[in-house]
Amino acid sequence: MNKLTRAQMAARVARDIPEGAYVNLGIGLPTLVANHLPEGREIVLQSENGILGMGPAPEQGQEDWDLINAGKQPVTQLPGCAYFHHADSFAMMRGGHLDFCVLGAFQVSASGDLANWHTGAPDAIPAVGGAMDLAIGARQVFVMMEHLTKGGESKLVERCTYPLTGIGCVSRVYTDLAVIDVTPEGLVATEWVEGLDFDELARLTAAPLRRGDKTGN
Amino acid sequence: MIDKTVASLEAAVAGIHDGATIMIGGFGGAGMPAELIDALIAQGATDLTIVNNNAGNGDTGLAALLKAGRVRRILCSFPRQADSWVFDELYRSGRIELELVPQGNLAERIRAAGAGIGAFFTPTGFGTQLAEGKETRNIGGRDYVLEYPIHADFALIKADKGDRWGNLVYRKTARNFGPIMASAAKCAIAQVSEIVELGALDPEVVVTPGIFVKRVVQVSQTPAAAAASHGTTEAAA
Repeated sequence: MNKLTRAQMAARVARDIPEGAYVNLGIGLPTLVANHLPEGREIVLQSENGILGMGPAPEQGQEDWDLINAGKQPVTQLPGCAYFHHADSFAMMRGGHLDFCVLGAFQVSASGDLANWHTGAPDAIPAVGGAMDLAIGARQVFVMMEHLTKGGESKLVERCTYPLTGIGCVSRVYTDLAVIDVTPEGLVATEWVEGLDFDELARLTAAPLRRGDKTGN
Repeated sequence: MIDKTVASLEAAVAGIHDGATIMIGGFGGAGMPAELIDALIAQGATDLTIVNNNAGNGDTGLAALLKAGRVRRILCSFPRQADSWVFDELYRSGRIELELVPQGNLAERIRAAGAGIGAFFTPTGFGTQLAEGKETRNIGGRDYVLEYPIHADFALIKADKGDRWGNLVYRKTARNFGPIMASAAKCAIAQVSEIVELGALDPEVVVTPGIFVKRVVQVSQTPAAAAASHGTTEAAA
């Protein structure tokens, strides 16, 4: 089968971000989505440390360390950009003003529970950042993750075994194998990669999976 | 005449007592009042409770305060980072208490303190470990967790410009926690890159009105110093 690369995954997510959307891209893999937003669509990126209208990384040597993203990397400001303090930033999420967020995950459950902040390992130092606020705040939560762990276990599960970030908050999951909607009736695969048939995808997914209309890649 | 400007960093941190709760602005390095933190280390106050988004980076700023053994307890959202070795060591050896707070709850609890709100219900964290033991309520079909404000004795923040009345403007994403911490602390102390004449700040763009600020100290910022105190990458979840 032709597993999607990280860049292909990012491009696939980007295709579903519509004109006019306000979007927060999580740290790590989701950050790549910014590089693939379709030309000609006006999309406003939010970063929870206090910027709307965030632009790409600056040229080397042009970094301004007062202008960073949530991953603490230098970024730029686009025309129309606005700065705000932290309480306003999280009001944008909780208040339902942010259209989409894209987050990484350790696990997503059949009912859309998300686990992405803590492995629960006893020696792990916990850190949550804005993950819980984004998970329950954005109007649609897209998760972008590998379908399987490095050990070959499904990251889509009936019930999360890692500590939860939010309950029933995930709308759609983009993996390197498939696009899967979280619906009131459970998980529904709408796309899967070339060379993979639905039955094989269902076998690789540790939660009941229904077959949706394959729209193709 | 109202004059909140102070002549030195030493004067800016005078009177901070042992056992104080201190909010420190900044998201990583952006907006971190590094010079005020250094002055606090020199001043000597200890047994402190610190409120910050992170728990220090590298060996400078907040990390240096931790390393000096002055901090008993820290409230933050994202302590673990690639360069948070000072905190990691203290935490693993049981020498610092951590209260982990989701970032938006941290911000709103600080805002609530400054706004005189007794408590509030928030959907963030419902059903997770971080809401265990907390009061919950279903309001209009949605589940919420009761959260209480975070008050502080002092706030150390960094702004771009200030005047003798304490009015402040910030620079880009260095604003982050500054405005809400200023209002949540009994004594907010701002370091600014430039103190300007009263009337020089456009009232339409003042971000923190002077009523929230008690002391303003000028710290000249060179671009090289700015770069040296920043520049870290957070580990991805």
